Amino acid sequence: MSTRTRGFRPDVDAPEWKGGHSPYDIIKEGTIALLVIALLTLLLAVIFGSPDESAITIKKWSNADPIDFATTALSELNGTSTTATYGAPYNHNGPSQHIGPLQLAKWVGVRIPINTAQDFVLNPLGVLPNQPVLDTALKTWKRANATTKSAWLNAYTNASTKMTFVNGNVLVKTSTSGPVPVMINDLTMMARSGALDQDLLNGNGFYTTDYTEPLLFLSDGQYLGNLATEQHLSGDQWGMMNETGNYPGQSWLWLYTFWYQIPPFNTSASGDALVWGVMMLLSAVLLFVPLIPGLRSIPRRLKIYRLIWREHYRDSAGSP
Amino acid sequence: MNNAEIDRQWTTRLRRRVEGKLPPEKLLPDTQPSYVASWIYVFGVATLASLGVVIATGCILALRGPQWWHGSPYGHFVNSLHLWSVEIFFFTMVIHLWGKFAMAAWRGGRTLTWMTGVITFLTSIAAAFTGYASQSNFDSQWITTQAKDGINATGAGAYFNVLNLGQMLMWHIVLLPIAAVLLTALHVLMVRIKGVVPPFEDSASPARESLPVSE
Repeated sequence: MSTRTRGFRPDVDAPEWKGGHSPYDIIKEGTIALLVIALLTLLLAVIFGSPDESAITIKKWSNADPIDFATTALSELNGTSTTATYGAPYNHNGPSQHIGPLQLAKWVGVRIPINTAQDFVLNPLGVLPNQPVLDTALKTWKRANATTKSAWLNAYTNASTKMTFVNGNVLVKTSTSGPVPVMINDLTMMARSGALDQDLLNGNGFYTTDYTEPLLFLSDGQYLGNLATEQHLSGDQWGMMNETGNYPGQSWLWLYTFWYQIPPFNTSASGDALVWGVMMLLSAVLLFVPLIPGLRSIPRRLKIYRLIWREHYRDSAGSP
Repeated sequence: MNNAEIDRQWTTRLRRRVEGKLPPEKLLPDTQPSYVASWIYVFGVATLASLGVVIATGCILALRGPQWWHGSPYGHFVNSLHLWSVEIFFFTMVIHLWGKFAMAAWRGGRTLTWMTGVITFLTSIAAAFTGYASQSNFDSQWITTQAKDGINATGAGAYFNVLNLGQMLMWHIVLLPIAAVLLTALHVLMVRIKGVVPPFEDSASPARESLPVSE
């Protein structure tokens, strides 16, 4: 081992402490801290409790707003919904977000494949028993070529601007939409009965804990978003850090949420990717502060430490 | 008995290394430098204490399963305890973090102590997020359907699917707590090995010209 000397770097090196020591009972300190925190937690839980708004089911959605459900179902069938046009990791139908040339989602690829027409509309309808009209409609749909399907969907989509819901049925005035009116109406009926909730879950068999499909379907409609806006949870309401009611939520996400309030993050089609890019950069800066000249000098220049160690500096000033 | 062979054993070498780095008087000290006299130091131990309450209340929730708290007043109360202990945990941890920043607590060979603290903070954010995603109520529906876009944009969503309740719950109650506790333990051990960072030298005192450095 050799020893050399180099200049003292005040933001990197620490002087060796040659002053006095005080008694310190670390076990007693830890025990008292645990008791105080436990009591404070108990007090806050008793006074404020915690929120628990029931989950929205597709049954609840389709009964509360059948037009929104039927319109969303149509967008899943004609491939215009948010999920249908999402891109990776669900499908190849969207551009996916990127940061400049970095198209991370696209490079990772489609790992949770979702075909909204098949998975959200045709497969669920196919499991309904004893539905002769629907069975015929599905067979007609299956036999038709892509051009015919597209013509039916366009006709129904154009007419659906005047969609109504009367006596438990979705009504759209069209005579050139082939089997589409039956399919949309029957899927709405299925949803209102609760059967669609169950069918979307059963993709993996009897047991499942994967809610990807029903959550994507729900979020494609307006209903969930409208409820969230009422609860001040949407993105432009700093919703990332809020939760239902007047609870503090994930307040530690304030900086992450902040970026969503300002351009270019709230105007770019790749806003999420940009926000994550910025947050990863800032996290790396925080991690490597000790190694970054200039940044690591901020504490010494701010002099807040003089407040923290005011007794030490007062005693030092008073000593001969 | 061959002492040379014992000296070469991995166990012997590890024990000696630990004894050298962290003797009992450092692990469980009964004195501390006199400059450790500020309320800011309370927030480190308060963070540890609230982590303990977070884990304890989470364990009680785990006893009866993820749906219990929706239908039981007692379960809902335990959930409230869990929620508020998490809020206190982050409150104390953030003050601890900025307090340590103000002290430039990385000085004197404590860079890894700072880094493990920051990584623990980031891991805790992920642990809390998966907790919010696992609530199986309206909040978790909204939070996950919004958060998926950010995580998907990084490419991670292909493997870390926030819409998969089972996956989020496993991350929340197994993987991330293990990571957070191990990181916290490492952080605390580093603090004990290196000690609490001393104050900046008073500008009124004579400037230090040089510092011996061992190589």
